[in-house]
Amino acid sequence: MAASVQRNLTVVETDAPVRVSERPKVAGQAVRVRGLTRRFGEREVLKNLDVDIAPGEFVALLGASGCGKSTLLRILADLDREIIGEVEVPVRRAVAFQAPRLMPWKKVWRNVVLGLPGRPDRARALAALEEVGIGQRADVWPKVLSGGEAQRTSLARALVREPDLLLLDEPFAALDALTRIKAQDLVGELWQRHGCAILLVTHDVEEAVLLADRVLVMKDGIIAHEERIDLPRPRDVADPVFARTRGSLLDWLGVRHGTHGNA
Amino acid sequence: MSSIATITIAPRAAERHVPSEAAIQDAGLAKQRIEPASASARALPRWVRRASGPIALVLLWHIASVTGALPGEVLAGPSTVISSAVKLFQTGELQAAIWVSLVRVLIGLAIGGTVGVALAVLAGLFRIGEDLIDATMQMARTLPHVALIPLLIIWSGIGEAPKIALIALGTAFPLYLNVYAGIRNVDSTLIEAGRTLGLSRAAMIRHVVLPAALPSALVGLRYSLGVAWLSLVFGEQINATAGIGYLMATAREFFQTDVIVVCLVVYALLGLAVDFTVRTLEKVFLAWRPAFSGT
Repeated sequence: MAASVQRNLTVVETDAPVRVSERPKVAGQAVRVRGLTRRFGEREVLKNLDVDIAPGEFVALLGASGCGKSTLLRILADLDREIIGEVEVPVRRAVAFQAPRLMPWKKVWRNVVLGLPGRPDRARALAALEEVGIGQRADVWPKVLSGGEAQRTSLARALVREPDLLLLDEPFAALDALTRIKAQDLVGELWQRHGCAILLVTHDVEEAVLLADRVLVMKDGIIAHEERIDLPRPRDVADPVFARTRGSLLDWLGVRHGTHGNA
Repeated sequence: MSSIATITIAPRAAERHVPSEAAIQDAGLAKQRIEPASASARALPRWVRRASGPIALVLLWHIASVTGALPGEVLAGPSTVISSAVKLFQTGELQAAIWVSLVRVLIGLAIGGTVGVALAVLAGLFRIGEDLIDATMQMARTLPHVALIPLLIIWSGIGEAPKIALIALGTAFPLYLNVYAGIRNVDSTLIEAGRTLGLSRAAMIRHVVLPAALPSALVGLRYSLGVAWLSLVFGEQINATAGIGYLMATAREFFQTDVIVVCLVVYALLGLAVDFTVRTLEKVFLAWRPAFSGT
């Protein structure tokens, strides 16, 4: 039985750099996951998971804490290879974590271009910082940034890599309510401009419905529910369809009047 | 004969509030006026108050020696100390001695520091380095390095070599321990972030691991410098023919307590100067640290 287990992470190159305001027209999927299982000791955190994300698609992954959604993101980010199954992700991918994870010993602009080939390109860093609205903060230490500014820097650092896949791990969770709304709007805009596929891991249903093309609800290591959101953008929280979608997703999460059982 | 035990129930507020002089009674509420901190005006600037202790001590010492309560053979008075310091300075003896001692410390520190940091980097970055180096260093560091003086004398005579070797031995360990710990305690979330940014192993070491270990390394440097001065004092007891230790040994022969005190003060001032240098280094290199508050 154990012999049939295969451990395999394939990295597939998607060609052509992503142009501004142009979705990549690449055949196939940006992310393709088949039969993914991840165990921590006896516990199966991900159970035989299948996930596809189309190029340029915005997918939100919803779930309660401990449901395995961050584990999936870490696997897609190639931070965890203790897996069984098949995972294909673009070579060019970037991650923004819940904590901004900036290098405190590097000025903001150097953080943005850290890891890019060649000499640190200040102009490129400045352009990326301008895009997220904090160009004037390029020359300060990360310690003096506010939470929102640090998270914007983290976004700039991800986007300057022109990723085909952007992985967002609850990037707004630590922000205050007002800053969060602005940051969500920003991510929506950036996505439309860069056209990269995004996987947003979150436990905020409203955020998911506001931003995503498709919402996956994860429960106990499987995708329990999938919902396509066809509302026109920018989306209105007060829209009755919005409210209905949110309600249905909350039901799937088991938050409102009793739980829907199986998938 | 049934007696009923009674207790008095006092209002809780009355228990909690210790009446203070600032307490104001107003409509039955116990109130306190919160005075702004600046209102309790400090008559003296802080540094004046801080300096008053040492000044008083020197004054006491002066009075004791002027009145004869403290004889010169036991401890020379401050005025004698100052005049002999000036004399030693004018003859150039003092500067020459300081220079010789300072050079000893710097050479010893350069050797010991290089070895300590190099071993720590090897042990910190590579598993094989850790296995080969760390256990040995952890064992060796428990040995008081001044206990090696007899061996050092047998190996390298009584010239400069054992003095510098002693300082090098003393400084290597604090630097080793702190740099090693600094490398091993790098925030793993930053390492992960570095991996998602596509940093190579070399780039990770240069841009993440070593900068993260720097605060710890500077702490190690401060410890090392403290040990360096201590080692210098011990080392200069070994038949020195120059340096502050030599000046002291000569003074001892002639019961010149004033010269001995001058030498002690010089040791202290050199220690302070070096500490100041390291703190300046910290200001320059650790300006990014959130915990850093001095400007």
